[in-house]
Amino acid sequence: MKTENQKAWFFVLPVLLLVAFNALIPMMTVVNYSVQETFGDNLFFWQGLGWFEQILRSDRFHAALGRQFLFTFLILIIEVPLGIAIALSMPRKGFWVPVCLVLMALPMLIPWNVVGAMWNIFTLPDIGLLGYFLNHVIGINYDMTQDPLAAWITIVTMDVWHWTSLVVLLSYAGLVSIPDAYYQAAKIDGASNWAVFRFIQLPKMKTVLTIAILLRFMDSFNIYTEPFVMTGGGPGNSTTLLSIDLVKIALGQFDLGPAAAMSLIYFAITLLVSWLFYTLMTKDDLN
Amino acid sequence: MAKITLSKLRHSYYPNPKSPDDYALKEIDLDWTDGGAYALLGPSGCGKSTLLNIISGLLVPSEGRILFDGLDVTELPPDKRNIAQVFQFPVIYDTMTVYDNLAFPLRNRGRDEATVRERVTAIAEMLELSDLLDRKAAHLSPDNKQKISMGRGLVRQDVNVVMFDEPLTVIDPHLKWKLRSKLKELHQRVRATMIYVTHDQTEALTFADQVVVMQEGEVVQIGTPVELFDRPAHTFVGHFIGSPGMNILPADVSDGVARFAGEAIPLEGPITAAPGARTEIGIRPEFVSLGQSGLPATVTKVSDVGRHTVVECEVAGSRVNAIVSGAGPERGAMVQLDFRRDQTRLYADGWLATEAAEGAA
Repeated sequence: MKTENQKAWFFVLPVLLLVAFNALIPMMTVVNYSVQETFGDNLFFWQGLGWFEQILRSDRFHAALGRQFLFTFLILIIEVPLGIAIALSMPRKGFWVPVCLVLMALPMLIPWNVVGAMWNIFTLPDIGLLGYFLNHVIGINYDMTQDPLAAWITIVTMDVWHWTSLVVLLSYAGLVSIPDAYYQAAKIDGASNWAVFRFIQLPKMKTVLTIAILLRFMDSFNIYTEPFVMTGGGPGNSTTLLSIDLVKIALGQFDLGPAAAMSLIYFAITLLVSWLFYTLMTKDDLN
Repeated sequence: MAKITLSKLRHSYYPNPKSPDDYALKEIDLDWTDGGAYALLGPSGCGKSTLLNIISGLLVPSEGRILFDGLDVTELPPDKRNIAQVFQFPVIYDTMTVYDNLAFPLRNRGRDEATVRERVTAIAEMLELSDLLDRKAAHLSPDNKQKISMGRGLVRQDVNVVMFDEPLTVIDPHLKWKLRSKLKELHQRVRATMIYVTHDQTEALTFADQVVVMQEGEVVQIGTPVELFDRPAHTFVGHFIGSPGMNILPADVSDGVARFAGEAIPLEGPITAAPGARTEIGIRPEFVSLGQSGLPATVTKVSDVGRHTVVECEVAGSRVNAIVSGAGPERGAMVQLDFRRDQTRLYADGWLATEAAEGAA
């Protein structure tokens, strides 16, 4: 009956309300700010697409976006192969499986700002275990508060430490779902280890890897807390990633209009890249 | 192709097996003649897959040797043994086309593309896969996927043996029959030694020239389907093969006469059982008839299975099945059972213990 089918809407309603309050309404506020100018006192003046134009033409935005893509690119290019390699070398059964899984999950259980603080203290040149060791024992000049390269190495290493586990766990889940018969058949077919990886393991991991890369892309593209705690975007602007820049504009300079326009552009880029990636990866599965 | 010899083979999954029960395979000596079609038949867990994996080299036996044409291959890995194996669930390489799937074992062994093309085309022809060669293997139906698995097994011309590990489990019933006859046909064309593992007697009996029946890690009988049906060497074979299986009835033997339910039962020939053994009478339901004379019995169940009727009776606490043509008696009716003498045998401790009378088939 048709009338009965309409009832379903009532069950969806609570979710719709929830989404409206926690996503749609805040987002609309941002849209509202992005097309207006304010000087306080809740007075707003129509600005049109001016802020968008300003942001898109701004060198500062281009630089931050460039740094953001570089950061995301670096962590993906390290975390994905490393994660797969670790997953491949993890035991498939026995006593060590839960041990490995727990060890792998540990970094992910630590809150973002704690990770930032840990790595900050760890790498500080005079008091940090690693920083002191590198500077005073080995004699390499390594100071993330002074040297942009050291700062970059530190935040990338930190992210790799924090999040490679996610790729490991997802890849591992893909690997253990492969029946033994596949490996036995490959042995009998005379396949090399590379062929086993290329034609059995990688295809079977494809779905979970797509999810892993997608999650890592979105998360690293929006990263804020750890670099903020560690470098605060410095030295200079060298680690000012998009979200750090955004907060500087919105809360530091209190330029609500440009900040709102920038968030929308930021959001659009994240959405576009995720959509493109996901569509490309799942294209084959459809036909 | 080669003759395969298993010599004093034993295998245990425990590192330090103590009692015979720790062994998944108990002392197996077996010869597989070159070019034969064999079935390895037995219930789940009887060790048939273990035996198969030992022949293919996926498992190294705890004891004993495997010889291919007299050459010891016990320690060789699967790819050095030149064997092919088809698994229960179709194994296909998702990202490759059907053609590349079939070509995979050849390319891995460095054959040139002309040879690859020739072999793949020939195998695809045999398996009726020619139209699918350019398709991605991932989205095919289970029976086509299983055909690809079989094709990868058959594509190499020099294989010593092709082994099938319950290959039709995931195939729809109406396609099972088709694939089974396809396999039989393939065997006649390629003449490779084939070993077919199954717990399904129909599959085993239709595919094989020789059936090896296993139970609890032991080979209980090797024979043609007809031999297994006519003269089971062990009560297990009698019970496992046939539908319903052989009637196994507790018997007392004294003075060379076997008695069941107090009545002397005439046997096919003289008894060879050692005194003191646990003795049973075995007779297939096909040779039990309802008549005017014989053992008095009560009918407990009548099932019409189409071609004939299975009549389940009770005699002195034992169940006796009889197969009769046409409609059977009513449930609860009193009947008399007659055993055909040349098909009535005695088993001692499970093993056949009567001699066939002269002239009996």
